Amino acid sequence: MKLRQTPSQTVGPYFAYGLTAPQYGYPFTALASDQVADELVPGERIRIAGHVIDGAGQPIPDALIEIWQADSEGRYAHPSDGRASNQRFRGFGRFGTGTDSEHRFIFSTIKPGSVDGVQAPHISVIVFMRGLLTHAYTRIYFSDEAAANERDPVLQSVPSERRGTLIAERGQTATGTLYHFDIHMQGDEETVFFDV
Amino acid sequence: MTKAKTLPPRDWESHPPYIYPDYRSTPLRGPKRPLVPLKATLSELTGPVYGHESVAEIDSDLTRNSARNGEPLGERIIVTGRVLDESGKPVPNTLIEVWQANAAGRYVHKTDQHPAPLDPNFLGAGRCVTDQEGRYRFKTVKPGAYPWPNHFNAWRPNHIHMSLFGPTIASRLVTQMYFPGDPLLALDPIYQSAPAGARERLISEFSLEVTEPNYALGYTFDIVLRGPHETPMETPR
Repeated sequence: MKLRQTPSQTVGPYFAYGLTAPQYGYPFTALASDQVADELVPGERIRIAGHVIDGAGQPIPDALIEIWQADSEGRYAHPSDGRASNQRFRGFGRFGTGTDSEHRFIFSTIKPGSVDGVQAPHISVIVFMRGLLTHAYTRIYFSDEAAANERDPVLQSVPSERRGTLIAERGQTATGTLYHFDIHMQGDEETVFFDV
Repeated sequence: MTKAKTLPPRDWESHPPYIYPDYRSTPLRGPKRPLVPLKATLSELTGPVYGHESVAEIDSDLTRNSARNGEPLGERIIVTGRVLDESGKPVPNTLIEVWQANAAGRYVHKTDQHPAPLDPNFLGAGRCVTDQEGRYRFKTVKPGAYPWPNHFNAWRPNHIHMSLFGPTIASRLVTQMYFPGDPLLALDPIYQSAPAGARERLISEFSLEVTEPNYALGYTFDIVLRGPHETPMETPR
């Protein structure tokens, strides 16, 4: 039996109280948030922040960003990953761009390890918003992993002039390491989106 | 050791395009460059696992999960169905999250300015996890239609937003479920953005069997996620 996939539809402007209620102050629980790893999860503490930017160069205030990542040893908390991952670490984050005064997404997590020794450390990203009828997949790589990035088969499959759109820039703030990663939906700097 | 698994492609004949000018938010927001092919790795063949422990029974009853001093207004409905993969196999233990307008067509969301009343006994958000047969079930009230600024006199058909994970991030789906016989469907660019022949899959069916006498109307809605994912093979290293 071959069934056809149910079509995607936009997440719309009003996802906040359903998917990210505590972040937006609605009286409902949420299963995921911007806090991907608590302080007991081993690994280097990092934050990742950025804007989602439309074709007119404006930050998008109603995007929903989800991230999925391995733990600091490159293991996923999933039955298909035979290596038992850290019990405290689910590896999934979800945050809307509607609550930060600059309309950024911000995640607190740990830096993932290389999944298989071949791929460079990376985080999978799923992008949703009003006006996006089907979600878009991209990846976050890390600027301080230049050597691993040079060998990463996915990154190397991207035309070299667009590779930079996938690399988060490492910086230091008073509160720790902060990677900057903007997502450009369109334009000269359009982020590479993958046909996963 | 890496396990490779088969993964059928995202079916672009079933999904809307990124740029669909009749839906006026798409031209500045949809990616314009071709997607870069990515052969799925373990990163795409895994995804967050939210099982039955992550939901409470009341989460799936939107007529009760936010009630303060009574029942929400509106027509009580039951929405149930199965989550399947493309081979027809059930997708068990997968999370479904829903959100919707109230019976008057008003969302609780702060930016919804439609001057229809809020309902103190209705939030409009819920979640549940599918059982071993891939079955899910929500109790709610039928959401109202509401105006939106896309074009003159634009109204969204009655719909319930649904978000699903499936086994991996590659099977992720966010969609909207519609109701049969809604005259607004023919006029709605979001519904119409899905290709003809596919968009009809977004319409639930009325079911007398699911309908509970003297209580609530029943609708069925099956959801097909990308997959199967469960044919593990060892890859030679």
